[in-house]
Amino acid sequence: MNIEHYIVLSVALFCIGIVGVLTRRNAIIIFMCIELMLNAANLLLVAFSKMHYAAAAGQPATAGIDGQLFVFFIMVVAAAEVSVGLAIIVMMYRNVHSVDVNFLNRLKH
Amino acid sequence: MKNIIDLAWLVPLFPLIGFLVNGLFRRQLTKPLTAIVGSGTVLASFVVSVLIFFAVKNGQTGTVTLFPFIQISDLSVPFAFQIDQLSSLFLLIITGVGFLIHVYSAAYMNSEEPPHYARYFSYLNLFVFSMLLLVMGANFVILFIGWEGVGLCSYLLIGYWFRNTEYNNAAKKAFIMNRIGDVAFLLAIFWMIHKLGTVTFATPDQTGVFDLVASKLTATDITGITLLLFIGATGKSAQIPLYTWLPDAMAGPTPVSALIHAATMVTAGIYMIARSNILYTLAPVTQGIIAIIGLATAILAATIALKQNDIKKVLAYSTVSQLGYMFLGLGVGAFTGAVFHVMTHAFFKALLFLGAGSVIHAMHHEQDIRRMGGLKRYLPVTHLTFLLACIAIAGIPPFSGFFSKDEILAAAYAKNPVYYWLGAATALLTAFYMFRLYATTFLGSFRGTEEQRHHLHESPALMTIPLIVLAILSVAGGWVGIPEVLMPDAHALEKFLAPIFAASSARTTPHAIPHSTEYLLMSITVVGAAIAIFVATARYRRKPELHEATGFGKILANKWYVDELYNFIIVRPLNWLSRFLANFIERDVIDWLVNGMGKAVQYTSRQVRLLQSGQVGSYVLLMVLSILILVAVQFFVKK
Repeated sequence: MNIEHYIVLSVALFCIGIVGVLTRRNAIIIFMCIELMLNAANLLLVAFSKMHYAAAAGQPATAGIDGQLFVFFIMVVAAAEVSVGLAIIVMMYRNVHSVDVNFLNRLKH
Repeated sequence: MKNIIDLAWLVPLFPLIGFLVNGLFRRQLTKPLTAIVGSGTVLASFVVSVLIFFAVKNGQTGTVTLFPFIQISDLSVPFAFQIDQLSSLFLLIITGVGFLIHVYSAAYMNSEEPPHYARYFSYLNLFVFSMLLLVMGANFVILFIGWEGVGLCSYLLIGYWFRNTEYNNAAKKAFIMNRIGDVAFLLAIFWMIHKLGTVTFATPDQTGVFDLVASKLTATDITGITLLLFIGATGKSAQIPLYTWLPDAMAGPTPVSALIHAATMVTAGIYMIARSNILYTLAPVTQGIIAIIGLATAILAATIALKQNDIKKVLAYSTVSQLGYMFLGLGVGAFTGAVFHVMTHAFFKALLFLGAGSVIHAMHHEQDIRRMGGLKRYLPVTHLTFLLACIAIAGIPPFSGFFSKDEILAAAYAKNPVYYWLGAATALLTAFYMFRLYATTFLGSFRGTEEQRHHLHESPALMTIPLIVLAILSVAGGWVGIPEVLMPDAHALEKFLAPIFAASSARTTPHAIPHSTEYLLMSITVVGAAIAIFVATARYRRKPELHEATGFGKILANKWYVDELYNFIIVRPLNWLSRFLANFIERDVIDWLVNGMGKAVQYTSRQVRLLQSGQVGSYVLLMVLSILILVAVQFFVKK
């Protein structure tokens, strides 16, 4: 399988993510779109790493796993981020009974 | 002692110590102690100066290098003193007359409070120190340090009674006018450094400016340098156009006028030109200018002195006039004559000022001669010494003024008879205004108040002794320079100073005037002066000028309106320019720029602030667009 397929898929995911963030007002959906973009990048990392490993025949066994290791780290960090982000959204809902991002457009009082 | 010359550094050191002691401990020292420190240090300098003078007379000259002062690549300016005939003569005048004036001051300033009394003496000591530095310096830079030092002390002492605004203004005027000349002096030093790479005077062991001047400088350079130096001298020595500060400088205490504004500081310009005589000999254009300016100053100041009614103002204008004489002497190449006149003038003019001080002291700070008269009876010593000084300045033989003035006038005649006739006319005016002053002050009847008459008293011995010593010098001081025609081989001063002016006299052919002509010239001036004395005395002893002058006399009394003219052509335009700069350039241009900068930032901030809408969507949109633009730039504009 060619690398192009992975690239096209991840660009598509990324664009869906961007458009979602730009157009939607529901905080949870925006959050999901951000995750989508994050995972588009992850996908690309894994794909490149895999292809690089295949190309580098005769190299040590660890040669192509850097990118894949990276992805694990990103997932861990993303999980932490999700917990914080969802906590914020829960607090927001408790305070204003809405998860519309345009509703809270002022950080002033 | 192996070589007395090596002790030359002691001469300026003593007054410096006196300055520090009196200046730092002015609150602790009692008045007698202050006076002893002040005068004693100058006396010590005088003793060393006498020793040095006799060593020089026996043929010892040389430089004393203390330490390197400025070292920049090729330029090396040592802190060195030059001891030769010229400087040793000036050392004697400065410390000798200086000491007498210090002693006199001790009594004259006795009514001052102790801290101010000590302040006065510390300034006076600092002045003597600076003046010694000026005449002892072995290069133009050390000379310039002294030059600035005496200017500073002059400022401090004119403004000694600093609570009086008018005195402060006089001090500022003196300082600023001196500064104008100093700038020219400084430019001349830079010019010499640029062209010659040295500022040292010529000494036997070191090639200096005066050795290189003939070989390394073009005529333009020499004329430029000499003119700039001369402008410096016009500031310090009160010549046209920078002379107006000297009469105003009479705001200072009278002994200060005697020491600084008659005997020593104002002759610094003459010293400097006499020191650089070879430069001036090679610049005939400058010499001509000096002669004309000197003569013009002499006449102008003498005419003004005719109508002044302040005893010190008359003497001040007389000083300006006599300084003009000295410059005439320098201009016609009579360097010895100019230095000779500096010496005799130091004696009789210091005496005149001290005598005036004694009168002012007796009259309780009255300076207007119209309210004096008949003081002969009350102040016998002052009267006699003042009279001797008047005769000396009028140029009656065998008093000192006659010999020095005659030497300058004879040289002037040899150069150009017109110079002589104008100089002789000035001598006549001098005799006239001096005896107008004398007759109005000392003869006739007393015109002051009854209270003043009651208080009239002769001054204490501390004041009269310096008067008597100076009177002896004024009478006999001229005998070191008796002209060839009267007594062959009697001009001791000329022989003494010959090594200093050797290079110049080798380049000029002396215009010998026949003895018969010289007798004639002498008798013209002497008879003229005698008639002027007679007329002035006869006229003013009976009928002194008590009313304001009218007609032409009013112009003279108002000093030819020169101050008003300067006010009109320099001060007022400058004030106008300053106001323009303050009101227009400052407020409407600079302030506008600065405020405009602030306003522009505030305005743009207000506009840009609108971007921060709080809409998360718009932030993200901007972010995405920016990244897209960056990517596009990276992609298309790369390399």
